Amino acid sequence: MREAPSRQTTEGKVYNVTGGDWEDVLGEIRDDRIVVNFGPQHPSSHGVLRLVFELEGETVTDCRPVIGYLHTGIEKNTEFRTWTQGVTFLTRADYLSSFFNETVYCLGVEQLLGVEAPARAQLIRVLMMEMNRVSSHWTTIGPTGMELGALTVMTNSMRAREKCLDVFELITGLRMNHAYIRPGGVAQDLPEDAPEKIRDWIKEMQRELAELDRLVGAQPIWVNRLKDVGWLGVDGCIALGITGPLLRAAGLPWDLRKTEPYLGYETFDFEVPTDDRGDSWSRFVVRVAEMHESLKIVEQVLDRLEPGPTMVDDPKVAWPAHLSIGPDGMGNSLEHVQKIMATSMESLIHHFKLVTEGFRVPPGQTYTTVEAPRGVLGAHVVSDGGTRPYRVHFREPSFVNIQCLPALVEGGLLSDVIPCIASVDSLMGGCDR
Amino acid sequence: MTGPENPTDQPAGEVEKATVFSDAPADLPAPKHGMFGVEGSGDTTGFGGLVREPWNPPPAQRPYGGYFDEVVDALAAAYPQFDAAVEKVVVDRGELTLHVAREHVRELAQVLRDDPALRFELLSSVSGVDYLGTRNRLHAVYHLTSMTYRRRVRLEAAVSVEDPHLPSVTAVYPTADWQERETYDMFGIVFDGHPALTRILMPDDWDGFPQRKDYPLGGIPVQYKGATIPPPDERRAYR
Repeated sequence: MREAPSRQTTEGKVYNVTGGDWEDVLGEIRDDRIVVNFGPQHPSSHGVLRLVFELEGETVTDCRPVIGYLHTGIEKNTEFRTWTQGVTFLTRADYLSSFFNETVYCLGVEQLLGVEAPARAQLIRVLMMEMNRVSSHWTTIGPTGMELGALTVMTNSMRAREKCLDVFELITGLRMNHAYIRPGGVAQDLPEDAPEKIRDWIKEMQRELAELDRLVGAQPIWVNRLKDVGWLGVDGCIALGITGPLLRAAGLPWDLRKTEPYLGYETFDFEVPTDDRGDSWSRFVVRVAEMHESLKIVEQVLDRLEPGPTMVDDPKVAWPAHLSIGPDGMGNSLEHVQKIMATSMESLIHHFKLVTEGFRVPPGQTYTTVEAPRGVLGAHVVSDGGTRPYRVHFREPSFVNIQCLPALVEGGLLSDVIPCIASVDSLMGGCDR
Repeated sequence: MTGPENPTDQPAGEVEKATVFSDAPADLPAPKHGMFGVEGSGDTTGFGGLVREPWNPPPAQRPYGGYFDEVVDALAAAYPQFDAAVEKVVVDRGELTLHVAREHVRELAQVLRDDPALRFELLSSVSGVDYLGTRNRLHAVYHLTSMTYRRRVRLEAAVSVEDPHLPSVTAVYPTADWQERETYDMFGIVFDGHPALTRILMPDDWDGFPQRKDYPLGGIPVQYKGATIPPPDERRAYR
């Protein structure tokens, strides 16, 4: 029999099983442990997550998460693009909460540059992030239902999320991967009908949330599958670095929007929902409550929006994007082309230098954080003074939070693993980057 | 931005001289002169500042401002070997950085977590930075958050490629487990005492450490309408 490649480590012999030699491994291990490989391609694994279980009957005795299947080198890639182009890559990391990725990176770049986005741009960022939180939580709750066999929860949630994506498309032009928030502000102002459409959207979301509540709020199978499953307390959360809905479901109201406010969050009126059970049910309850709170913030942003610039007034930083829709699609507006081509030599120079070379960022490093739907999202941005990021590291809540999976599932039933994975809600795009 | 093909320690003038070589053999392409078509330096204008000194943040002077003085004083009081452990205190852009000697990282983490005046309960992030061209080029960077006092501090420890060893902080902060694995995976920094320091994002049998600055981005040339576009790390670009 061909032996699987292996090597000795501090934990004993480790087999390198790539390429379907699983049977060889099982053949060599001569004891009664049942090793079950779960994923990376499995309809209930919430993405390309692979788990290797050891079972005793139906009970999970050991769980090892294996990640990296979606590693695309986003951090390395940003080192070869300009600071502005970096947004285009980082928005794809956690692709369900793109606006958070864009914002945290732009806050870091702005801190290095020593500029601050204008008030309207900051409000638009808050607006986009809170709408994004709603759409992201829909994409948590929907697959949870699908993985537990409640397909209507999935289809309803996806319908609700699609309405969120419609608003994103109206504002940014894209459903996902927007690259809308840029260093210094946002790519362009809201379209004129956006506030009205967003108010309609809020009503839609309230209807959808009410329907979700009617559908599963007291549905006995749903409640029983989630309650008392996957418990993790506050101490465990902090030791493992778990933040976001998991930490708040365990009872600690740690939300950066309140504890370390950014972008003027301290001026908004909203609550930080918490629960005290620390199980999958609590996480579901906290997420639904957070969606209601986000809708409140969106409404307050709409009330406060006033006309103004959406990009810093610095021609050496502000991307020269003065876009308008012409007969041949969207492009630079005629006034802007007229200005740079016919009247203002300086504008032309700035346009050319910014688009070809980009701006330079003074050397230094920052660590900025925002409260993303999955927890604390941090960006460690390092500049060497050049036109490209020297290093961008994302502290991804998905990456850190998956570490708690063994703590949640070990000792429980194999069937309870599914709600645990779903309630941790790690997005593999963000986890692997 | 530095790399083996574009070392920044090479003065731009030398690059120009190499390309504007007057007695080149006849079978080589004709040397290029002037502002356009200059190869090697990357910068075709010459106005962008071709040579940059590696940035070395200056040590901060007292008072550091804000809560930084309190944090540094509390750490000095709680950790007897403070002077040997903390090599430099940097305050930049409203953030406090302690450059620490690598052998003290674990003990410092323990004190920072447990001392009642410090209470940095949450290790937010561990990441690496490769400052190619400096002596201890691999930096491990720890971002700590105090949830009690709502404060932050950054620890930075530098090691060399030849001896990339650091004590692991997993015993103090279990969350460092995967983050140290990622830093090992991407930079080759070896965290001694880590329970299972294996690759995490790259395949187990991968060679090299992708986030190091001398590791190429890779990629293949792209054909577009008959022209060939080189991969991103080989394209001519402003640095």
